[in-house]
Amino acid sequence: MDYVNIRRQAASIRKGLFDQGYLDEQFYQLEDLQDDASPNFVDEVVTLFFRDSLRLMANIDQALDKCAKDFNKLDVYMQQLKGSCTSIGASKMKTECTAFRDYCRDENIEGCMRSFQKLKREHSVLRQKLESYFQQLRQAGPIECATRPSK
Amino acid sequence: MERQWVPSRTEAFPMGLRVLVVDDDPTWLKILEKMLRKCSYEVTTCGLARVALETLRERKNKFDIVVSDVNMPDMDGFKLLEHIGLEMDLPVIMMSIDGETSRVMKGVQHGACDYLLKPVRMKELRNIWQHVYRKKMHEVKEIEGQEFTCADLHLIREAGFEERGLLTREDKKRKEEYNDQDGSDQSAAKKARVVWSVDLHQTFVSAVNQIGFDKVGPKKILDLMNVPGLTRENVASHLQKYRLYLSRLQKQNEDSNLGNNRWADFNPKEPPAKPDLETSPQVEQNTTSKPSPGFGFIAPESETQPIKPTSHFEEDNKVKRKTSSMPPLGMLLSFTGTIPSAEIKPSEPLTPSKHPNWTGGLPLVQSMQCPKHDHKRCDLLCDYSCLPKPDLYTSAPPVISINVQNETGDLLDVKPALMDCIKAISPLTCTVDGSTSGFDRLPSIKGSFFEQSNCHAEPGRITGSDLVPLPEDLNLDSSLQEIGCFENVDLMNSIDYFQTEVESSSNWCDGSELFDYPLIDECLFA
Repeated sequence: MDYVNIRRQAASIRKGLFDQGYLDEQFYQLEDLQDDASPNFVDEVVTLFFRDSLRLMANIDQALDKCAKDFNKLDVYMQQLKGSCTSIGASKMKTECTAFRDYCRDENIEGCMRSFQKLKREHSVLRQKLESYFQQLRQAGPIECATRPSK
Repeated sequence: MERQWVPSRTEAFPMGLRVLVVDDDPTWLKILEKMLRKCSYEVTTCGLARVALETLRERKNKFDIVVSDVNMPDMDGFKLLEHIGLEMDLPVIMMSIDGETSRVMKGVQHGACDYLLKPVRMKELRNIWQHVYRKKMHEVKEIEGQEFTCADLHLIREAGFEERGLLTREDKKRKEEYNDQDGSDQSAAKKARVVWSVDLHQTFVSAVNQIGFDKVGPKKILDLMNVPGLTRENVASHLQKYRLYLSRLQKQNEDSNLGNNRWADFNPKEPPAKPDLETSPQVEQNTTSKPSPGFGFIAPESETQPIKPTSHFEEDNKVKRKTSSMPPLGMLLSFTGTIPSAEIKPSEPLTPSKHPNWTGGLPLVQSMQCPKHDHKRCDLLCDYSCLPKPDLYTSAPPVISINVQNETGDLLDVKPALMDCIKAISPLTCTVDGSTSGFDRLPSIKGSFFEQSNCHAEPGRITGSDLVPLPEDLNLDSSLQEIGCFENVDLMNSIDYFQTEVESSSNWCDGSELFDYPLIDECLFA
């Protein structure tokens, strides 16, 4: 296996995620937390995020379906999701969460729905990219981590 | 794992700080746990507020600080914050993605030590130990400020801190040194506090009862009280103490041989929604029916005699317990401090007759100002007259047995008062020298309560607080409503100390016991 190339690819995905605004500073924090005691920390956290965010989004989906007028509830759910996005630094998703909440505040149900669709797309894109990234990392081997030097 | 955090061990503070993290977001929980572990803290995580509360209740003194998210599905973070403050008195740090000033303010009002915005950085978490340390220092100062004798201070500290695993003997020595340096600063600082007069407390209690204990909240109480100048923070702080006090009373009841259950209601075993005065919270005194003086539970005689607070009070006034003439406040708190049960001998059960508010329980002595008599409930705070003079410090911290015999039988009301009293009383025994001015002002209860107990011998000990004199002729009827000095002082320390006493049958703390009510007063925290 060409570890060098794999690592390069991983580094490239990572850079792209930052440059294109998918991830922010918080992701660096996660990388900094990774150490010998938890060598796959970032991967684990990201996995946890995607799993939990699916659950939260399902709640929102359901709320939009059943009680579309309950903006308070929608707002609460979205706040939860937004909080979750901040945990890994999912920047674009976070922005969309804010937009959704604005629509809630304005009681604009169509705006909410549009925003939510966009949010789901962002979620999907981010997940794809990060999965690909971690896959590369895993292939590249434990030594190599396209992260900042850990402390 | 129980661990006393001992600075003198090889671990240097704040390493090993025991943190409980509460967050419904599993991703954040994992991240926070990792961050805190990297700070060398001992971390316990919790995804549900209710579970967190239970954990804290079960393992009291096993945590130094709590970090909690504000928005949680099963319980509002602010509510959790209040519970923790009331029951465990641990520093709590709130976190939220929402950094709006109003929210942050709300957090602070509810007692949060700090409010962090998500995403939280590790460097912010690294510094949380300062809140633990600050609190400890503050507690020590509180006690120190009371001009306790070294021995008293020592006792108090022991009671308060060791129980919480916060101090070691070395610490205590350090604190004493600290005290020596800073003692003078304390009183001045304390003066600025809100003094919860008997009347004020009564108003508070009435508001609480009106709202319903389980629905109570500082804002509601504040609105209902409608006292100009009183802030929500004052109320929140007071409510905290009240709750803690009540829960402690409850536990006490449960544990004490008062058994007769006047306090049955408060018995943690049975959620005391409203202690029924009829059932009479008992003040327990070991002796049979002595109304325990002071803040403690004034247990009406085992027999169900109604308590006549006033008479008792008067009697008590004359009774010279070990300590002293019953300080006016004294009744209140029967802080006889030292083994109340033994020492306090309420002369007789208080009969409610004199004390209109006492339905049947012993009125609690209220060292505070003359309470308005309109209180229906004889809160502990009220009518401390029935408390025998506390013999404060003969050995144990005064036990404040507050017999909350409210009309509504709401012992809960008493608690805060008691707590305050206790606080006030803290080892200092204020000599309430009969200034019978009544409860005009209950400066921190300290004064009065302590008076009762040993204090009398040491008038000088009253620190700063003007003892609310418990007039001998204190007619506790209704007026004793509250133990006045409710400074938002951290009486808790002392109360802790006292509370244990309360547990004893006589409701008087043996001093050696600390109030540590792991049990939660269900009413309070329904």
